[in-house]
Amino acid sequence: MSTALTPTPTHAPSSSGSAGSRSTVNLCTFHLHEFTIGIDVTMVQEVLNRQDATRIPLVSDVVQGLINLRGEIVTTIDLRRRLGLPPRESDALSMNVVIRTPDGPVALTVDQIGDVIDADESLFEFPPPTLSGPHREFITGVFKLDDSLLLLLDLDHVLDPTTIKNRSEAPA
Amino acid sequence: MNTGEFDDVMAEFITESRENLDDLDNALVTLEQQPDPGVIAKIFRAVHTIKGTSGFLGLRTLESVTHIGENLLSKMRDGDLPVTQANTTALLGMADAVRQILDIVETTGAEGDETYGPLIEELSRLNAGEATPARRGRAKQQADASVTTLKPRRVTVTLPARRAAGTDAVPDDPPRMGEQLIDRGLITEVELDEVLLRQREGDPRHVGEILVEKESVKPSDVVDVLKTQAEERPQTNESIRVDVGLLDDLMNLVGELVLARNQILQYNGSVFDPSFSATSQRLNLITSELQEGVMKTRMQPIDNVWNKFPRIVRDLSLSCGKTARLEMEGRQTEVDKTLLEAIKDPLTHLIRNAIDHGLEMPEVRMATGKPAEGTVRLSAYHEGGQVIIEIADDGAGIDANVIRRKAVQKGLLTAEEAAARPDRDIVNVIFQPGFSTAEKVSNISGRGVGMDVVKTNIEAIGGTVDVQTVVGRGTTFKVKIPLTLAIIPALIVRAGGERYAIPQVSLIELLRLDGESAVTGIESVQGAPVHRLRGKLLPLVFLNDVFGTPPTKSDDAVNIVVVQSDDTQFGLVVDDISDTAEIVVKPLGRLLKGAAGFSGATIMGDGRVALILDLLGVSQLAGVSNSSAARAQAEANASRNHDLAAERESILIVGIGDRRFALPLAHVTRLEELPVAGVRQGGDHRVVHYRDQILPLVSLADRLDIDARPEDEQNLQVLVCGSGERCVGLIVDSVFDIVDERLEYSDRTETYGVMGTTVIGGEVTDVLDIRAFVAHDILVAAEAAA
Repeated sequence: MSTALTPTPTHAPSSSGSAGSRSTVNLCTFHLHEFTIGIDVTMVQEVLNRQDATRIPLVSDVVQGLINLRGEIVTTIDLRRRLGLPPRESDALSMNVVIRTPDGPVALTVDQIGDVIDADESLFEFPPPTLSGPHREFITGVFKLDDSLLLLLDLDHVLDPTTIKNRSEAPA
Repeated sequence: MNTGEFDDVMAEFITESRENLDDLDNALVTLEQQPDPGVIAKIFRAVHTIKGTSGFLGLRTLESVTHIGENLLSKMRDGDLPVTQANTTALLGMADAVRQILDIVETTGAEGDETYGPLIEELSRLNAGEATPARRGRAKQQADASVTTLKPRRVTVTLPARRAAGTDAVPDDPPRMGEQLIDRGLITEVELDEVLLRQREGDPRHVGEILVEKESVKPSDVVDVLKTQAEERPQTNESIRVDVGLLDDLMNLVGELVLARNQILQYNGSVFDPSFSATSQRLNLITSELQEGVMKTRMQPIDNVWNKFPRIVRDLSLSCGKTARLEMEGRQTEVDKTLLEAIKDPLTHLIRNAIDHGLEMPEVRMATGKPAEGTVRLSAYHEGGQVIIEIADDGAGIDANVIRRKAVQKGLLTAEEAAARPDRDIVNVIFQPGFSTAEKVSNISGRGVGMDVVKTNIEAIGGTVDVQTVVGRGTTFKVKIPLTLAIIPALIVRAGGERYAIPQVSLIELLRLDGESAVTGIESVQGAPVHRLRGKLLPLVFLNDVFGTPPTKSDDAVNIVVVQSDDTQFGLVVDDISDTAEIVVKPLGRLLKGAAGFSGATIMGDGRVALILDLLGVSQLAGVSNSSAARAQAEANASRNHDLAAERESILIVGIGDRRFALPLAHVTRLEELPVAGVRQGGDHRVVHYRDQILPLVSLADRLDIDARPEDEQNLQVLVCGSGERCVGLIVDSVFDIVDERLEYSDRTETYGVMGTTVIGGEVTDVLDIRAFVAHDILVAAEAAA
């Protein structure tokens, strides 16, 4: 993909330590399993309540289905499944975060939406080596906030179709 | 002028010149067949416009190439040089060079390094032919080459003078009075120059008036020219150029509007509010009209593709040593722009084939009593919501035995299979990959790629291609394509709790097996489910099994949608068949590129998304689309019965009261079950709202004076005849069966509406005289569609 969807890390780590610049990044946060996750707010088109998606047979169960967003057909990705986290107990409160991509919007289903925050770039750090689990590959880094740790999501990787295998083509 | 403006001027020049060049090609080909000073003048003007503008834009190579061509043309126009094949060939070469330069200019912004020396030399040589029109030796021509550099100058000096009055400032303007009179040979350029001079000196009168006064021309000639000008003028100011991207956006918006309209109509069904209902009906009408209107803006006459063909036919037949004439009918038939692009290559290929393989050499044609000149006929027309394009040649036809031999040679069929297939059927082998019948490979066709690609390309846009051939008489290819791709009619089915859309072009028929037949109707051949449909085995695909979804059925009946995908016909078993709808095709996102079985998605009336089935994908997932060997075997089996079936036709058996009636299925467009609740009294007959149309209903029981005994009180069994606005629904009590039989009957009856009596399936059946109930034109249309 040509356009990077996760802009922060390229400049954050190098500049933050020595120069001590006070620049901040604007992040949209949401809750997923036991984590708080952030994405660049400029990538977010809108946030929707739970939508009844049309299921698509034979594709990966990461793909939840298709929803109609004002006449545009949007694929929804269950972020828990995508990150290899345990399934939600109830879908009732789940929400869709609609992400702008060069190929049209894609929706991520998350447990609950959080605040939009200004995170100081100096608080950014690459993921600690101790962070393990299937979701490790989808995390660009961590913001050490006062009261919690905020994981920065690697959207390019999350939305990379080559790593989402369809059921119809998977078992060879 | 700033750079932006200059780019605009350049872009416009390129577009306009390309259009002019296409006309030019055709005009040159016409000229060759029929020398006409009017045509030469037209060509001359086109070339002159390109030359003039290219000089202005600083395109020197282009200017020099067109300049020399223009000189040659002016001599041909003045009768100094004859119209010869050598001349037209060189001028066509010039047109090609101009195209090439324009392409380079468009991509790089500059002309490139090619100077077209040989072409200019050739044109100069032909130009020099003026001195002695009679055929000369090559040495003499070369000796004369020096003269050519002098001769053309005379022309370039006189021309700008004559056009100084601003004639070609607007290239689309019809030619001026003076020019036309010169073109017609009524005045000389010198005379015109004199008149123009008088105008410049203050004479306020028109050119024509001055000339009449001078008695150079007759008043009637001037009137004649004025008439021609009036005819040519309106085209220029009644159309505008619009960016195709804008039309695409507009089409998308209309698609959205259609969806919103569908949602409102659905909501309208659930509320009772007369004013809302009236408004939504109005919205419905306006949307339909808008949809039609916007679709029309994307429509272009098929001639936009066809106008390349006269040149192709000319060049090809020359290089093959054949003579061919191209006839075109229905040039104004309109097709969606996207589709037009898509059929360009397949059609070109078919034309090339017709000349290269189809037509015989002139001597062979003479020997068989045909005119030496072969004919390739192109025709296009609309029929049943589709565009039909026929490419017919009067050549040798395709010999079934040659096809058989080749097919066996290439290993496409075994000798037994080849022998078993009837002549009419074997021809279709030409569409198989790796098949070529050309005795020797030429640079035009016959390399074993082609017909399969033609078929694939046409099928990719939802079209079909058929071939009919008669040995010694010629071959006809019939290409059918849809009118548009963006909004298509589809059947909505349900399976596993979701709805799916099946494009109507793939639909063959709908079957419903209920009661006992739901169990007995499905048999198995080595584990594969099949249904016996009129004596043939129809492989069944259970959509729930393919998709791994749980069945959600309300009853025990089996709903089968018989579909055609590629060469395979199969029955798709779904939970429920719900409705037909106009759907707006939307692509699946990038994340779903690999999803097999779906070609897109659409938004239904309730706002939810439904997937559009890709039947080829589904059949592959289900393993129905079997190896070609197995398919050939199945076809061979089928064809053994073919000759028997030739005399038969499909007969529909219906029940009215306690009697059975038979009628040819070809007369019936569709079998429908319509709710009694929807029937309204309209004028002196009953009508029902059906597919956005008002369908008049005729009760056969009433007309035949039989007491109706409908099985189902809630629904009417209706045989829909005709289509579009010309249709009528015949109400029967029940639809029993469709059988393939030869309809023979005794015509002893005098009863109104009954042609005779026969025995079908062991039961006495009356043969319905459908002409008594349905207008003739509807029947003709239905038969043609069948």
